[in-house]
Parts: sequence; C-alpha cells; structure tokens
Amino acid sequence: MINYDDILSERVKSIEFSGIRKFFGIAETMDNVISLSVGEPDFKTPWAIRRKAILSLETGHTHYTSNSGLIELRREICKYTEDTIGVRYDVKTESLITVGGSEAIDLAIRALVSPGDEVLVPEPSFVCYSPIVRLTGGVAVPIVTKRENLFKLTPDALRAAITPKTKALILPFPNNPTGAVMRRDELMEIAEIIKDTNIMLISDEIYAELTYGDKHVSIASLDGMRERTIVINGFSKTFAMTGWRLGWAVGPEPVLTQMLKIHQYAIMCSPTTSQYAAITALSSPEVRRDVDFMVSEYDMRRRLCVKSFNDMGLDCFSPEGAFYVFPCVKSTGLSSAEFCEKLIMTKRVAVVPGEAFGKSGDGFIRVCYAYSLKHLTDAFTRIDEFLREIK
Amino acid sequence: MENTTNKILHILRGNARLTNAQIAAMLGLSENEVRAEITALEESGIIAGYSAIINEEEYDKNATTAVIQLKVSPQLDNGYDAIVRKIVQNSNVEDIRLMSGGNYDLAVTVKCENFRDVATFVTANLAPMDGVLSTATHFILKRYKEKGALFPSDSDDERSLVSP
Repeated sequence: MINYDDILSERVKSIEFSGIRKFFGIAETMDNVISLSVGEPDFKTPWAIRRKAILSLETGHTHYTSNSGLIELRREICKYTEDTIGVRYDVKTESLITVGGSEAIDLAIRALVSPGDEVLVPEPSFVCYSPIVRLTGGVAVPIVTKRENLFKLTPDALRAAITPKTKALILPFPNNPTGAVMRRDELMEIAEIIKDTNIMLISDEIYAELTYGDKHVSIASLDGMRERTIVINGFSKTFAMTGWRLGWAVGPEPVLTQMLKIHQYAIMCSPTTSQYAAITALSSPEVRRDVDFMVSEYDMRRRLCVKSFNDMGLDCFSPEGAFYVFPCVKSTGLSSAEFCEKLIMTKRVAVVPGEAFGKSGDGFIRVCYAYSLKHLTDAFTRIDEFLREIK
Repeated sequence: MENTTNKILHILRGNARLTNAQIAAMLGLSENEVRAEITALEESGIIAGYSAIINEEEYDKNATTAVIQLKVSPQLDNGYDAIVRKIVQNSNVEDIRLMSGGNYDLAVTVKCENFRDVATFVTANLAPMDGVLSTATHFILKRYKEKGALFPSDSDDERSLVSP
C-alpha cells in the first residue's frame, strides 16, 4: 500500500486549507441561509463585455495567445494604468496578463523569494500571500494592522518588522477584509522607509476602483517607487468578472521577465476568450458607465452597513474601499469564530470570522455588502435579533 | 444621478420599504432632510404612491391580466381626456397609457379575478363606450420581469455561499 504521507511534499502538507473554506462546509448544508460571505460582486458582468466574448467565439478566436497575452489588451492595460495611477509601463516588456490577480501574486512572490527570505504581510488580509510565500520556502512575517489605526500599515509597525532578510512587502490595499485604504500621505511615509532598502513592493490593487471618497493612489506613482513595485490588478472586482479569471501585473522589466518565465511554463497563456472580452472592459464607454453605477451602488450599501452595525452596538469603522465592512464583535464576549458559528446555527446568517484573514482578525467579522438592499436589510434584522438573544 | 432628489428616487424605485433613516445613511444625509425631500415629492405628485411588485398569477392561478388596445376617436377640445376619465373609474384598470403609432391609441391594463371577468369587462364596459372604435385584447401568459424585479426572484444568485 502506498503511503501518501511519505510521498507528499512537506511544504505543501504544512499548509492548511483556507479558514473561509471550512466555514463554507457548515453553510452549504443548511437551508434558508442569508449569506454575507462572498468575495465577489453581485452584479453580472456588463453586457458589452459578454457580447464581445460571444463575438470572439463566433469569429473563431479559440487558440492560445502569446504567453504575455494579447498585445491589444496589454496596450489597453498600460493605458488604463497610466490613466488611473499615473505610471507608464512598456507594453511589450513590463506587462503580463495572468489568470486572475491571484496568479500575478503567485508569480511575483515566486520570482522574488528564495528559501529563507522574509516577506512582510500586513494582516488581516486576503488569504493567499502567506501560503504562497511558504511554498517557495520563504518566511511570511505578519504585520498586524489595528482598528485604532483604521487597519492601515503604520511606519512604526513596518520599521519594526524589517530585518536584513526582508525581501518584499505586500501592500494589500484597498484591503480585503477590512476595507482599509492607504492615502497618499500614508503611502509616502511607507515609501520613505522603503527607498533606501532592497525591499520590493507587491502592491495588490485589485480593489483600486472600489475606493470611496478620494481616488485610489498607487505607491508605484511615488518618487523612486516605480522601480521597486510590482502592481497587481485584475478584472474580477471592478468589472464583475470573477469567473473569467483574468488579471495582470505591471512592473519593472527584470522582474516581469522572470514572472513571464514561470507563467509560460505553468499556464501558457490566460484564457483567450476572457482576453478578448477584457479589451472591451477597458475601452468601452458603456462599460465605464456600468462600473460607475456599480461603484455608486456599493458606496450606498457601505454607508448603510456601517450605520446598521453601529446602531446594533457592534463597533464598525467606515471602510474606504473594497466591498466589505469589518465590525468588531468583542463586545459580545464571543470570539469571532464562536460568533459566526452561533449566528449561522441560530439565525442562518453566514459571515466570515476575522481570523480567517490572520490571527489579528480575531474579534472581528467580515461582512460583504455585494448584495441587494433587501438581502442586506433582511440579514441585519436577523443579526439584530441574534444580538438581543445572546445579551 | 447627481442631485439628492435623483438619488432618493433611484433608491425608492428599487426598494420603497427602506426607512428614512436607512436612506439617510446611504446618502450621507440627515433623516430630516430625507423626510422633507420625500414629503415634497409626494405633495407635488411626483411620487404618487407605493406598492408591492406581485407575481399575480403565481399568487392566484385564476387571476387574469390583459392589455387592451383601444382605438378611439378623440373629441374636439377634450382630446382623449374625456374618454380616459371614464375608463379610469373602473377599479380593474391598473394603468392607461396614450400610445404613439397608428394602430391604436390607448393601452389599458386590466386585472380581473378570472378570464371571464376580463371578457365581460371588455364586451360590457369598454367596447360599447361612446368614442371607442375597436378593441384588441392581449392576455398576459407569463411574467418574467416586472418593474425591474425578476420572477422567480430568488433564482438569480449563483454565487457560492462563502468565497475569499
């Protein structure tokens, strides 16, 4: 009999499934669940994008593209990047189309990290950074961001985490799950610390367009930062294209070249149909109007969520980006895992415990507001009942 | 959708059951501002009422709704108003619209308890009316979307319950 335990990679075995996934196991066995637990838009992909995909299939565009992706799409990506964050990248050598922002994160980390290297990961944050770092043999070093700092990365916390082994810093802003955003002056303080080091920045800007109030600022646009930043973005959140699996990376040529090598062997090229559709996503005025509409809808729901949780007695800061609120449940005396489990068992409302996004997320819950107003208000009614009952 | 009135109407069109407090939170206004704005809209007749979007045939299998196209002769001075004023009196009439195009003039939506009642309404009330030249009755077979709401309403979210 084969003993798989002896065969499987030690590094892979040491990594756990995402805490989000565990919770999914509970939720999917129940009826009448109101979920506030997804990480994707409720809107369908704008019709103009879908139409373009259908047309590309009818025209017979069913082959591989170049490894880096369609040149027309990369041209649009570089133009979009310049328009939105004010940084110019060379279409041929400094852009790469990936299978979602996730693949771009994977490539960036693998291109940079050697065994023993340390990668700084602000937490709470999206679940993939640390596991990928560990798979490369690197060491993921969490930097805890705190409620009192609105979950922003502070210069002091960054300085304290840097060692001679620090290879890279992940900048996951606007942040999933907290909704925190780094504004220009706060990024300048980070840039000031980074500029005299050899540390690379992996700036995961997948939620950039979902920034409320002032526009998103990329650290790559600050003095001296372009050469040490890989900017990651994608179509999933902004254009409601999660299922199309399409993202990109732009950054300095020496790094992008190495990333392309991994992409070439692991992926070949990103899905061709998605790439054709994505050209329309970036170039169509009709799609731009759809995106503006979605953002204004999210913004209204965001304000409603913040008010509703604070009214219920759960402290909830006003997030400035993404489509999550991150209320604190410490006042209930429950851990966030206990809170979420009791809530789904008694009221059938699914929210994600904060510690799924790093230990520092304990005491908080992630609530996604990419749902209809009726869905949200029904859920608030149930949560309010729940809070009264556990008092 | 820049000004406050537009934003409030947009929200109410989508969901008229939100409280003033909820609408105020969504728009960053005070509850009083929202209340004043809605009251003004109601008093000026811009907001004429609030109602639920009901899948009528699902609720009552016999319920029958028809769109009746009426060709009428307009009157001097009164145009279509005189005849419309008579038709609106009937409580089965849900809406009346004067339409462009040459085939007919008025589109009248009628909801009755059953098929027979629609037939009676058309033959006894509408067709014999002075000024009505012809009627064409079209029964609604199935509702797919009504005032922006899809039927059935809950089949639309295919997202998994939990995702990163």
